[in-house]
Amino acid sequence: MEDVSAKFVSQKISRTRWRPLPAAALQPPDIFATGSWDNEDNRISIWSAGDLGNAGLNGEYHGEPRLLCDIQHNGDVMDMQFLDQERIVVASSTGTVTIFRHHQNNQTLSANHRWDKAHYHVDQDTSCGGAACTGVVCNNPEIVTVGEDGRINLFRADQKDAVRTIDNADSSTLHAVTFLRTTEILTVNSIGQLKIWDLRHQRNEPSQIFSLAGDRVPLHCVDRHPNQQHIVATGGQDGMLSIWDIRQGTMPVSLLNAHEAEMWEVHFHPSNPDHLFTCSEDGSLWHWDTSTNVSEKPSFLHQGGRSTAYLSHSTINQSVVSAWLSNDPTKDRMEITNLIPNQTLSVNSLDVLGPCLVYGTDAEAIYVNRQLFA
Amino acid sequence: MDEPDAEPPLVVRGRGRCGAGGGAGPGVRGRGRCGAGGAGPGVRGRGCGAGAGTPLTDTVPSQVVPGADSSSRQLCFAWGPAEVLVCETLFGRAGTENGAPSSSRVFVVRRDQDIYIQTLRKLFNESHGIFMGLQRSEEELAGKSRKAQLVQVSKNYRSVIRACMEDMHQAAVSTRDPALQGQYSTQVSILSAMELIWNLCEILFVEAATAGPLLLRLLDWVRLHVCDVDSMVRDVLGSESPSKHKLFWNVVDIFVLQGRMDEARHLLSKEATANPASMNMYKILDDLMKKMPVPSLSNTQTLTELELKWQHWHEECQRYLQDGTFASNPHMESICKILLGDEDAILEKKELMTTWYHFLVTRLLYSHPTVKPMELRFYAQSSMDLFLGGESSPEPLDLILMAAFEFEMHQVIKECSIVLSNWWFVAHLTDLLDHCKLLQSHNLYFGSNMREFLLLEYASGLFSHHSLWQLGVDYFDHCPEYGRVYLELHIERIPLSTEQKALKVLRICEQRQMHEQVRSICKIMAMKALRNNRLGSALSWSIRAKDAAFATLISDRFLKDYCERGCFSDLDLIDNLGPSMLLSDRLTFLGKYREFHRLYGEQRFAEAARLLLTLMTAHIAPCSFWMTLLTDALPLLEQKEVIFSAEQTYELMRCLEDLTAGNPDKQKFQDDDVETTKVEMLRLALARNLARVIVKEGTVEGS
Repeated sequence: MEDVSAKFVSQKISRTRWRPLPAAALQPPDIFATGSWDNEDNRISIWSAGDLGNAGLNGEYHGEPRLLCDIQHNGDVMDMQFLDQERIVVASSTGTVTIFRHHQNNQTLSANHRWDKAHYHVDQDTSCGGAACTGVVCNNPEIVTVGEDGRINLFRADQKDAVRTIDNADSSTLHAVTFLRTTEILTVNSIGQLKIWDLRHQRNEPSQIFSLAGDRVPLHCVDRHPNQQHIVATGGQDGMLSIWDIRQGTMPVSLLNAHEAEMWEVHFHPSNPDHLFTCSEDGSLWHWDTSTNVSEKPSFLHQGGRSTAYLSHSTINQSVVSAWLSNDPTKDRMEITNLIPNQTLSVNSLDVLGPCLVYGTDAEAIYVNRQLFA
Repeated sequence: MDEPDAEPPLVVRGRGRCGAGGGAGPGVRGRGRCGAGGAGPGVRGRGCGAGAGTPLTDTVPSQVVPGADSSSRQLCFAWGPAEVLVCETLFGRAGTENGAPSSSRVFVVRRDQDIYIQTLRKLFNESHGIFMGLQRSEEELAGKSRKAQLVQVSKNYRSVIRACMEDMHQAAVSTRDPALQGQYSTQVSILSAMELIWNLCEILFVEAATAGPLLLRLLDWVRLHVCDVDSMVRDVLGSESPSKHKLFWNVVDIFVLQGRMDEARHLLSKEATANPASMNMYKILDDLMKKMPVPSLSNTQTLTELELKWQHWHEECQRYLQDGTFASNPHMESICKILLGDEDAILEKKELMTTWYHFLVTRLLYSHPTVKPMELRFYAQSSMDLFLGGESSPEPLDLILMAAFEFEMHQVIKECSIVLSNWWFVAHLTDLLDHCKLLQSHNLYFGSNMREFLLLEYASGLFSHHSLWQLGVDYFDHCPEYGRVYLELHIERIPLSTEQKALKVLRICEQRQMHEQVRSICKIMAMKALRNNRLGSALSWSIRAKDAAFATLISDRFLKDYCERGCFSDLDLIDNLGPSMLLSDRLTFLGKYREFHRLYGEQRFAEAARLLLTLMTAHIAPCSFWMTLLTDALPLLEQKEVIFSAEQTYELMRCLEDLTAGNPDKQKFQDDDVETTKVEMLRLALARNLARVIVKEGTVEGS
């Protein structure tokens, strides 16, 4: 693991996120944000993965992440997402949702907008207590948040009040949210359900409910296949990875035994979706690779001459579908690697972009892997 | 919050280090046992600490709590998991009540204050990884490779200390605040002392270097740690013509004293070229320095061989000195004397050595290069005496190093515990030495062995910290005797601010089969959810804890809500109970009752009717709820189609009669018109249904 650089940062990291690259960018990502939890003084920090001078032509890289700026944050950072190049939306355990702006010219962070008590409990004594906001997802300018209060909020970055609020959307805690399409969102909750909500409908009920059979194992994270929107991956409390096909059935297509404890995050690679990454409380981070069998086929097709490119492309697409959705008992088509040997404390968050992976742990360290597919 | 009686006795016997919380700098440290000699666990009492009450035993220095007025008042205290609360009382020193109101301040006295230093968190986290690696690497490797492994672990620990030191140094340089700067510098010096001690322990105990290599290791040790002179060396080497520099000879001496012969010769050669007159003299000295035999790390030469060579070389030096070869140059003459191991000549360079242990190593290099580990103590003692020369008394660091040279491991650990302001150092060092199988023989008169005792103290400190508690868990895991008990007591005191944190704590407990704690955490979370009116969440938590009583309580709340509002909340949960429904009778009823509603909603009346009846006849439904169930039967009875069979209708009637007959007083007492009307209506509906069903069944059977 020589190509991984680490830094101990003296705060437990709950979220790490790459700053999205501008559309035409050719360089690998450099800037990422982290959020901390369970400190007396929690912070949002912006880091540079390394100074460009060091990343030579041969791709060798030895520097450690460098802090650019940070700002104090009230409460644990529960979730975090870049709204655009400059703005980050942060969900707090106090129920507040804040947009921070990263001023790149003078390297400072400032609070840009704040929705106080976006999530709250109605106490019996009629006093309002904040409830932790557990998940946030953005599709500029829309922001959707979910929380321990089972509430779903839809905000717009430029509007003061919530555009839409679904009270009591869920009787249990909502753990994560993601966009399915521009108007539909997916949520997972603590009784093993995956729900689809259509925000166009005024009814405060999910348009579809999927659930794990039997054990009601809580689901902690959800991600959607970047190209094929019907493929959804979720991770559960028992560390199981479930792949769902939301076009059919109410149960997962496949359940893959994975980690030994809570799976905190699951991410398809945004541009290379036959790769999937998961991290867990047991301190492991897994790379799921379904492209192995694909790589053999194009080599066979290469004999075909000029049409290869097109052919192999379509083949890849097909086999990706079958790779994630196959009920095939021969699971060995998938290559799984644990990227962290000998880790003991929880890996709370990961993010992938291009060839780069960043993850943060309860052992108060952040790691950047710049050559994921080397 | 705490029940001090539950504390294991060890905590109280432990050497509580009372660094004051808050403002007190690293200067405040030392062992302080707050409380009277025999104070047992759970004694909350007056008369503690700073001078008041029972006199303290003289081996335990007292601890002044800054800000507390201990001169005129008695202080009271209460034990916490890793800290002590101290406050002033109304009682004066003499025990009489002192009318004046006391200040309403409470002091938190912590044992392990270094835990709270931000930069050191890196040390704790990184060393935790090394510690875990060491515990995992069980003694599969034997002999040499095992030793190499342990030495590597020790080096890893040291590199973490050094990295931390660099960070701290960086922080000290970059900060503008002089107070903060002072604090950082103090930390740097503490860390560097820690590294110095650790390195020596590594050479003597972990690696257990033998005669020959021992000296080389000690030389490395001195070169690494005596860096006061480095700037002088840089100055001279950086100047245009080093040989003209006024400190030139000092630097040559430093090189010679540290055994850095090649560097010394290099410098001398410059002087020689500038001074052709005495070329010959330089050549001879250069030759002597080149020829000096040194022990080698490989086993190519035996100690006897080395000693012979050494003897020969020594005699040669002696000869040159006696025939006055260097008489014209006092600098060169003194170097030659040093090469001969002349103590006075070496002592003259006291300023260049700065410490007695440098003097010791230089002395060994030039007079006893094949010193055996067991002989070290004599040279160490005399070196210290000679070096300090009665002018100053040895400082704590000197005593610790001396104890190490004397191979008194326990003394080293004891002194370090007293002097350093953290448990990190002793806990990790002791653990490493224990893995080297060096501490087996030693038993404490209390608790478990020393390793476990120190690890427990360190981990308890971690647990008292807001964020570092997760690290403490693994340390407790590796304390075979008391670790579990400690963990149980500490884990219950972690504040559960969010569900995610609760899940993490829960995972720790579940992995270790700590059922009691699992139940209590789930119960806390369920209570919180209930207070926030989140019945669904509350139920989830009690199902997770398999807490039947609480599940019953929440099910009752659901049913009550239903009775009040006429509809169920949290359907998504109740519809999905699955096997967990069997946790409590009431929960089963809730699930089944909801199923009845669903069947009714789907117009599957016959099934709904059967289920409704079973709920009563099988006594799944609580009696208080029977009236509601019977009322629910009403629309079924009034359907056009006959749903209840004759037998079922009789059952229903019996249920109604049981209900009304069972507590006639109550019925009358309530004197409720609605209730009586309900019963009347039910009776009527039942009778009509019976009539219809008799007709129907008669017809069906007849036809």
